[in-house]
Amino acid sequence: MAHSEHSAHAPAILSEVKPAHLPRAVMVANNRSFSWITEKICGIIEGKTPTWWWVCFTVACFVASFTVAGIAYLIATGVGVWGHANPVNWAWDIVNFVFWIGIGHAGTLISAILCLLRQKWRTSINRAAEAMTIFAVVCAAIFPVFHVGRVWYAWYLFPIPNSNAIWQNFRSPLEWDVFAVSTYGTVSVLFWYIGLIPDLAVLRDRFFASGNKLRSALYGFFAMGWRGSNRHWSNYEMCYLILAGISTPLVLSVHTIVSFDFAVSLLPGWHTTIFPPYFVAGAIFSGFGMVLTLMLPLRAIYKMEDLITQYHIDCMCKITLATGTIVGYAYSMEFFIAWYGANPYEGFAFINRAFGHYAWAYWWMIGCNVITPQFFWFKAVRENTTFVWVLSLFVNVGMWFERFVIIVTSLARDFLPSSWGYYSPSIVEIFTFFGTFGVFSVLFLLFIRFLPIMPMAELKAVTPQADVHGGDHH
Amino acid sequence: MAAQSYGLIATFDTTPDLYHAAEKVRDAGYRNWDCITPFPVHGLDKAMGLKRSIVPRISLAGGLTGFCTGMSLIAWTGGVDYKLIVGGKPYFSPMFAFPVSYELTILFTAFATIGGMFFLNGLPMHYHPVLKYEHIRRGMDDQFFIVIEAKDPRFNLANTKALLEQAGGKNISELEA
Repeated sequence: MAHSEHSAHAPAILSEVKPAHLPRAVMVANNRSFSWITEKICGIIEGKTPTWWWVCFTVACFVASFTVAGIAYLIATGVGVWGHANPVNWAWDIVNFVFWIGIGHAGTLISAILCLLRQKWRTSINRAAEAMTIFAVVCAAIFPVFHVGRVWYAWYLFPIPNSNAIWQNFRSPLEWDVFAVSTYGTVSVLFWYIGLIPDLAVLRDRFFASGNKLRSALYGFFAMGWRGSNRHWSNYEMCYLILAGISTPLVLSVHTIVSFDFAVSLLPGWHTTIFPPYFVAGAIFSGFGMVLTLMLPLRAIYKMEDLITQYHIDCMCKITLATGTIVGYAYSMEFFIAWYGANPYEGFAFINRAFGHYAWAYWWMIGCNVITPQFFWFKAVRENTTFVWVLSLFVNVGMWFERFVIIVTSLARDFLPSSWGYYSPSIVEIFTFFGTFGVFSVLFLLFIRFLPIMPMAELKAVTPQADVHGGDHH
Repeated sequence: MAAQSYGLIATFDTTPDLYHAAEKVRDAGYRNWDCITPFPVHGLDKAMGLKRSIVPRISLAGGLTGFCTGMSLIAWTGGVDYKLIVGGKPYFSPMFAFPVSYELTILFTAFATIGGMFFLNGLPMHYHPVLKYEHIRRGMDDQFFIVIEAKDPRFNLANTKALLEQAGGKNISELEA
């Protein structure tokens, strides 16, 4: 971009060296107009509810009822209905919590980090990815909240004065996690909402024009009276930039603090300094897996090929490849340090992971997380949408197994062989976890039905005709 | 000056048209005027002569408040109000207080930034003369408007209209207040 300032009086050297003309990646294909974008995205909301939506919604509600049933039974009976027992007192609940939180991280990465890096390809996928973040945090929060046992005391997690006059233990990473996750959830919702405001104003005016006063009033209420004023845009863009700027350290800190839950303990297999960067890379890896899982069907159903182009898919595949390779590096580095550190307990923990009772989970993890992303080296793979989608499912599965391997294998073989055990989930846990996919899908389906799934204002801003100098880049 | 008029509104079809018109209005010395655009137009702030937004100062204040809140909350609860030995660790140390203070810094910055943006923009404001304009829907979609308010000291119905026309504005009409 810097060169554009000088192109009016280009240095003489340019004519001698004849720099190659690098074509810019097209963000919105086929030279679509502003109103095409508005019609395309608003059309999804204004049109009749498609049959497939009702089918998916019904199935999702049914699946979500499993979580409701599992949790209702837990509340009525007690946390003992989960399969936890000494020595494995943390299991699926924490696995699922970390899994869902990790999925959320790609949404923030796309909306915040790629915004700061001026990666314009983020625009068409950021709204849906942020929605994914919020819904993933909702699913994640279910597990620790109900793991406290008597859920009506969950407010004890927050420093609210209570009749015992006792305060939370701020020395504990678990308390840090309370603040990290609740801040993450709140800031993600705010960031998402700020991005929605101009688009809600579009819907307000469109529903008003078509005579639907109720929906116009509803969208209008949340649009805050937005009127597209450039004096407002000026503050708005600064606000958006700052939110991106603070969400970046936020997303990195959230998974760092999640990894502290393990790294700050003294358990072999958990007590490692590599955890924070390794967890963050894993989170982004799993999150991009989920973004691909969600966006590829949406793109096909709504014929969004001009908005989510092959370039977008390429970029997402490459990030998945990069972060997946970092995760693979972390796995091997853990083994190396376990050997190099010459601590027999640490060494045992890792040998046990790969060849012990839970070896099946370990090799699932390696297969899905280390081998799957390597396919993305090949252009032919990245251009085969169906194959990319299948690979993204493997990424999701693999990252769930990663958390399972870290948490359960380390606990099942702790310090004293006399207390060793083998953990299996109870049916209640399986129900609860299975149901969260329904909870997530219900929320996501409601989102694609009632809110603009792509940020119209941002998409328009990256089209060539948005350039005040007529598209010839200054 | 029209008595019951909010000002004049002119339509522009393309971003470059709007940009150059905005420069002309700026150079004519108007102060109470605005551009209505469906998306943030890159460079328009300069064309309008707007100063850099002051939202970051509000954000900074929010962030500092958040950090101090976290540190003092942890220092007071654990170090003053109810001292409890846990794991032989000190009652208070900025080390273990840091992660929570860090998160609160971000949380308070977010609230301050958004609150500041709404405050500076005077939102929510569900009633506004511009929103009553019959074609305002296009301003959220694919057209651009320039609004010059009647309260601007330089506003003069005939001259302002001439300026907008000369700048390439179409459908110039009066907005009722």
